[in-house]
Amino acid sequence: MTNKITAKTITDSEFFYGHKACAGCGGSLAVRIALKVLGERAISVLPAGCMSAVGFNYPHLCFSNNSIISTFAGTASMLTGVEAGARAVGIKNFKAVGLAGDGGTADIGIQALSGAIDRNDDILYICYDNEAYMNTGIQKSGLTPFGAKTTTTPSGENIHGNLRPKKNLFEIVAAHNISYAATASIGNLPDFINKIEKASKIKGTTYIHVVAPCPIGWGIPVNETIEIARKMIDCGLWYLAEYENGQFTLNKNPRDFSSIKDYLLSQGRFKHLDDADIEILAVQRDAKWAAIQKNWNTTKEEL
Amino acid sequence: MTKAFLSGNDAFAEGVRLARPQVISIYPITPQTTVVERISEMVEDSSLKSELIHVESEHSALSCAIGASAMGARTFTATSSQGLLYMAECLHYASGGRFPIVMMNANRSTALPWNIYGDQRDSLSQLDCGWIQVYVEDAQESLDMALQSYHIAENPLVSTPVMVNLDGFVLTHTYETVEIPSQTDADRFLPPFQTENKMSLDNPKNLAFSVGPDNNMEFKYLQHKAILGSKRIIEETDAKFAEIFGRSYGGLTQGYRLDDADYILITLGSITGLCREVVDELRERGEKVGLLKLRFLRPFPSDDLVAALGSAKAVGVLEKDISFGYEGTVYTNVNSVIAKNGLRLETYNFIAGLGGRDISRENITAIFRHLQTGGQHVNFIGLGMTIDD
Ligand SMILES: Cc1ncc(C[n+]2csc(CCOP(=O)(O)OP(=O)(O)O)c2C)c(N)n1
Ligand code: SF4
Ligand SMILES: [Mg+2]
Repeated sequence: MTNKITAKTITDSEFFYGHKACAGCGGSLAVRIALKVLGERAISVLPAGCMSAVGFNYPHLCFSNNSIISTFAGTASMLTGVEAGARAVGIKNFKAVGLAGDGGTADIGIQALSGAIDRNDDILYICYDNEAYMNTGIQKSGLTPFGAKTTTTPSGENIHGNLRPKKNLFEIVAAHNISYAATASIGNLPDFINKIEKASKIKGTTYIHVVAPCPIGWGIPVNETIEIARKMIDCGLWYLAEYENGQFTLNKNPRDFSSIKDYLLSQGRFKHLDDADIEILAVQRDAKWAAIQKNWNTTKEEL
Repeated sequence: MTKAFLSGNDAFAEGVRLARPQVISIYPITPQTTVVERISEMVEDSSLKSELIHVESEHSALSCAIGASAMGARTFTATSSQGLLYMAECLHYASGGRFPIVMMNANRSTALPWNIYGDQRDSLSQLDCGWIQVYVEDAQESLDMALQSYHIAENPLVSTPVMVNLDGFVLTHTYETVEIPSQTDADRFLPPFQTENKMSLDNPKNLAFSVGPDNNMEFKYLQHKAILGSKRIIEETDAKFAEIFGRSYGGLTQGYRLDDADYILITLGSITGLCREVVDELRERGEKVGLLKLRFLRPFPSDDLVAALGSAKAVGVLEKDISFGYEGTVYTNVNSVIAKNGLRLETYNFIAGLGGRDISRENITAIFRHLQTGGQHVNFIGLGMTIDD
């Protein structure tokens, strides 16, 4: 690929600016970076959720590219309409991009997302995953991990937070035989940037699932957002991968994992976990990695 | 112009074809299905050049139409009953965002109990969602209102979505001879869609935003004013339509033998035809009866009602609807006009046709008798018993 966008060459223009996201918000960084890569010809659709709540308060509107809020469930269906409508009125060289939270994607919006992928609509769907319904005050979503304390999965004597593992949305999306899907993290921006650029050039539906920690919901200092995102990859609870042409590829294959306990216990939402809980997560992680290493390709270059 | 033998749905599809929508989102539900089937065939044989999108739900059907409309494209979708209710969130979204989408609704009962036949509880339960609501009577009016609705919705002073209601089966599946206008005439009537309320690369916008308590009322006030203002646009549209096609529907309402009428029956939709016949029969016997068909429920035709009912002794509202625990919604609306304008006449409500129950000629004759003799205010027709007020 020529003229790759890098930290050095990325535009100084801002497309998501002056918004009211909390200090250290990972989601707003994901949106900001995505729009910098896609540029002024991006038409963005954001459902109800933190990013629309902080960016679209009339008369204080924070997107300098065309942007619209969709219903909570309607990111993908509105994207479909935007893309078809733009073509119908003769607009060329644009990219319809969805920027939706984990709840808006994995739960209420999964039907519309599945429909759009099924039609192979020419859209890019980016899910910024902060692992809970943050905008409404940190409630459990389908992407909240096992053990996490949220306001609807409190931790107490009887129940230690969320009882269910995180839905595997990346592979659910891939199972549609989508043109391109990838996982990413704001803990590795060069990789995220590459994947947005790559996805934007592919015709048909593309999907990027980017982990974007939320200091408020995760219980971390506001200056540790990037660090915690990196730790999540390093301890093996997240992985950077792609799905293309029917094949999964692991982009980064760590030799050993860093301490899962250290990752978990540095966050308020996992503070209550005991060794047995942590062991459950470690076993799940190891089983997942065993399957990945058995079935997926690996990229040669280290990212 | 050509003539064809068409069902209400087929006729509506012809109207949609002539309106040249650029994006159409479709999802099937009985008794709307044949309209989306016809449209699919039209796209296949290129008589309609449009982006046809097979969405995965009615919520998505309308969400998709909103997205396309926000890019400045003319859009169409169609639904019925459970589907209309499923898209409820998007109904408010489309009207609040001032997206002039046109949607056909095949009026059908709503579950539970399940029932696929016609009544009007689906659309009347959505009366407050900010859409202009039209109720048509026959296949010709279906076709004509498909065209007229775009003309009304897209007027920049209106910029509001329009829902055109066809009684399920009785109208959607009944065949009649219909005049199909030429594309040239249709194009003369309906210019291409133009709007400022859209995103474009030359003039980027942020749409569908949040508005807090400090400005929210202003947005809602303007929305209300636009729908009230659409009354004039509806009449102008009908006049322009008459000029080009030679057919006129009279705007918000259509009266029948109202001069000197003491007893007036208010109807909506396909039952109107049979009611007209009963009016003729009774008139032949010298009875002073008349009929007022409500074509639009939003905006509500208050002025027309005052003019039509001013000197009547009693008025009845026949509707396929009940607001459980009170009375028919149309009746409530009519009574409000009567009270506000100090009209002095008796009013009666006739709830009929729920879940597709037949409404007979005898039923309608009995309704006129009730208007003449007086009696209970809210009446269920065809139940074989009365319910105390
Ligand atoms: C139909 C509907 N149900 C519920 C809501 C309330 N709601 C708004 S935002 C939100 C949470 C969004 O969570 P997520 O998608 O993860 O995005 P985040 O706020 O975490 O960025 C919820 C539950 C809504 N707006 N619409
Ligand atoms: S609550 Fe979390 S996701 Fe929402 S704006 Fe604040 S930091 Fe960002
Ligand atoms: Mg979230």
